[in-house]
Amino acid sequence: MNEERYFQDIDWEEMWEATLQTLYMTGISVVATFILGILLGMLLFLTSKGNIWENRPVNIVISAIVNIFRSIPFIILIVLLIPFTMFLVKSMIGENAALPALIIGAAPFYARMVEIGLREIDKGVIEAAKSMGATTGTIIWKVLLPESMPALVSGITVTAIALVGYTAMAGVIGAGGLGNLAYLEGFQRNQNDVTLIATIIILIIVFVIQFIGDIITSKLDKR
Amino acid sequence: MISIKDVRKVFPSKQGQLKAVDDVNLEIKEGEIFGVIGYSGAGKSTLIRMLNGLELPTEGSVTVAGRVISKIRGSELRKARQEISMIFQHFNLLWSRTVSENISFPLEIAGVGAAERQKRVNELIKLVGLEGRENAYPSQLSGGQKQRVGIARALANNPKVLLCDEATSALDPQTTDSILDLLVDINKRLGLTIVLITHEMHVIRKICHRVAVMESGRIVELGQVLDVFKNPQQKITKRFVKQVTEPEETKETAEHLLEHCKTGRVVQLTFIGEAAEQPIITNLIRNNNVTVNILQGKISQTQSGSYGSLFIHLDGHDTEVDKAIDYIRSQQVGVEVVTNE
Repeated sequence: MNEERYFQDIDWEEMWEATLQTLYMTGISVVATFILGILLGMLLFLTSKGNIWENRPVNIVISAIVNIFRSIPFIILIVLLIPFTMFLVKSMIGENAALPALIIGAAPFYARMVEIGLREIDKGVIEAAKSMGATTGTIIWKVLLPESMPALVSGITVTAIALVGYTAMAGVIGAGGLGNLAYLEGFQRNQNDVTLIATIIILIIVFVIQFIGDIITSKLDKR
Repeated sequence: MISIKDVRKVFPSKQGQLKAVDDVNLEIKEGEIFGVIGYSGAGKSTLIRMLNGLELPTEGSVTVAGRVISKIRGSELRKARQEISMIFQHFNLLWSRTVSENISFPLEIAGVGAAERQKRVNELIKLVGLEGRENAYPSQLSGGQKQRVGIARALANNPKVLLCDEATSALDPQTTDSILDLLVDINKRLGLTIVLITHEMHVIRKICHRVAVMESGRIVELGQVLDVFKNPQQKITKRFVKQVTEPEETKETAEHLLEHCKTGRVVQLTFIGEAAEQPIITNLIRNNNVTVNILQGKISQTQSGSYGSLFIHLDGHDTEVDKAIDYIRSQQVGVEVVTNE
């Protein structure tokens, strides 16, 4: 009886659906951010001074793009990307409509972490690979990526957690998910129990992501 | 095997041009262990990096095993590098790979099949004496073991030349010796040409056939190791030779003696090869009316013979002492009267 009094406003089915939407948005955007971020971070690293593809103009351009998109507050980025999203998804409502903004918001952030991770690799190891006659492709796949993998994984963990937060913000302007539910059902209809439960579920998602990230990082790190 | 012609390397720096290597000419023969010694900043690191194209000369040409390293680019250079291996001061192993996987890496680069790779890795592990450590990660190995992995990795593709970049400078003396023994063994067994750079004369003495002394980008002295030990020309070479022949305390003992003995002389004798095995002191005392006090002595082995040094105090009548010194000179032994200046 008690339970019913405390959580009387909650539609558990709706809550479950919102949770799945949040997980869907986070999952897809984390995968896309991982790939795009590594791509950008790798380019940033390789074109920087003293590296294999040293190229100042290219480095400056990529660096500028990354910095600009990293600096725009997420909520504004969503608005700015409306035309782009409309072109891509043909709608501003629903989980898929949130994806372009989530990925474009998170990838530059992650790209910087990738760059930092790559910079931590001992230059001597890259030199050793070169001295063995390795191609740039081999150096990327067999030296740079494996040697920086713990940093790449702990970076994507932090980014994934930020992305959970972003999905909640995206939810407020119509993307669905727990943020949307907490705002529409919880805040606007003054049902605090809905907001509370949505928050607890988000917290659990964040803890689980951190836990998995930590385990993988320590498994990978043989230093 | 290796030919360096009129090579110059200039780095642009904020204070203008920095000449790292200046007008160097060298010929290194097949099967030779060739040492380059110099203090840090002498340009030896840049020089060795030009042998596998990690640095390109500003002027001049570098030819290794018939390929003009300073000219070729791209796939041809990568191909050449598989025949010119390198080991490093800090080993430069991949921490994310096990010992076996590290040794396998150059084979993967060369496109060797998996079964063949496994076979070769096992051979190499045996060659460098790392049996039982195949699945360890570099972080679980000692410095000496890491360098063994580095050597095994360098030998994987049957190179013609092995470049050693201060390969023992991060190791303790005992481990250094075991790694040097391994290098000599490989040189003899596989006929591999070895070029090494170092700042330790001990390394040169122990394994090199010939040595070049570098100072501010130039080669100031070049020759057979024993000749350089016997008769160092440059001041810097003398300093390096002293590293092995004359321990610190010798100088102090000599100074102490010079202060206390108002008569007689402190003399340094240097023996090369045969002379090191003659009973010279016995003859000296029998034939001359002097007293001999032995202060310190040492015999070092080099790849082409032994080299010894002995500090003695000669006392007696001035004319007798002079006669004694002349006698020693006649025995093909180097004599240097140590004075307190």
